[in-house]
Amino acid sequence: MELATAVFYLVAIVTVGSAAMVAFSRNIIYSAFSLLGTFAGVAGIYVLLGADFVAAVQLLIYVGGILVLILFAVMLTHRITDVQVTNRAAGRIPGLVIVAVLLALLVQTIRETPWAKAKQIVYTPTSAKIGDMFLQDYLLPFELASLVLLAALIGAVVLARKEIKE
Amino acid sequence: MEIGLNHYLTLGAILFCLGLYTVLTRRNAISVLMGVELILNSANINYVAFAHYSSGGVDGQIYAIFVIMLAAAEAAVGLAIVLAIFQLFHTIDVSAMETLRE
Repeated sequence: MELATAVFYLVAIVTVGSAAMVAFSRNIIYSAFSLLGTFAGVAGIYVLLGADFVAAVQLLIYVGGILVLILFAVMLTHRITDVQVTNRAAGRIPGLVIVAVLLALLVQTIRETPWAKAKQIVYTPTSAKIGDMFLQDYLLPFELASLVLLAALIGAVVLARKEIKE
Repeated sequence: MEIGLNHYLTLGAILFCLGLYTVLTRRNAISVLMGVELILNSANINYVAFAHYSSGGVDGQIYAIFVIMLAAAEAAVGLAIVLAIFQLFHTIDVSAMETLRE
């Protein structure tokens, strides 16, 4: 087996395995920590796809930001004295059936569709190109993104603070 | 067999289905948010894979960065709502929240 193939399967197994832990684990702490494996694995997939900048962003924002936020939320919404931090699930069988049918359908579609092919597959540093695109073609979405982030920041603070009643 | 577009798309589909399963079956609001993150990650894999194998440019990667940015905003607001709900109901079981006010 070629090295790149082996690396792909290794990263894919880590990603899917920890995603399965997120989906099936009985303990929410385990679920939250398994999310780390999934996010790191997806970053590895980006590296394999030649998207170096996106991989760095994935590590910084998902692993460094969102995961820490989720862990904080888990800790804040469960009493530490509760030994059993449960993660109940309902409707497992119908859920599994729906998801299995959907997966079969998706895989069938992926196999049968003749996807467009690029003229050549290149592995070059992408950050300079992405920076150019952000300040030229995607300037308006870029500016809107900063507004959205500001709104989310203020909204999160307003929602999470304790209301002081007179 | 060489790794191609189909492998990455299949990986994205598997991640999407696991995320959907999490969203469908979990009763804990934070777990539901984790499922949403899985779904967003699977969409991102597809964007970057198509950018690499089908278009050859960086447009797909830019979409992926926007999705990551929106996921961060969604997580911040969503978890703030979860904390507010916990203060009000003292539980974050999504089936226990039946009223829109105190």
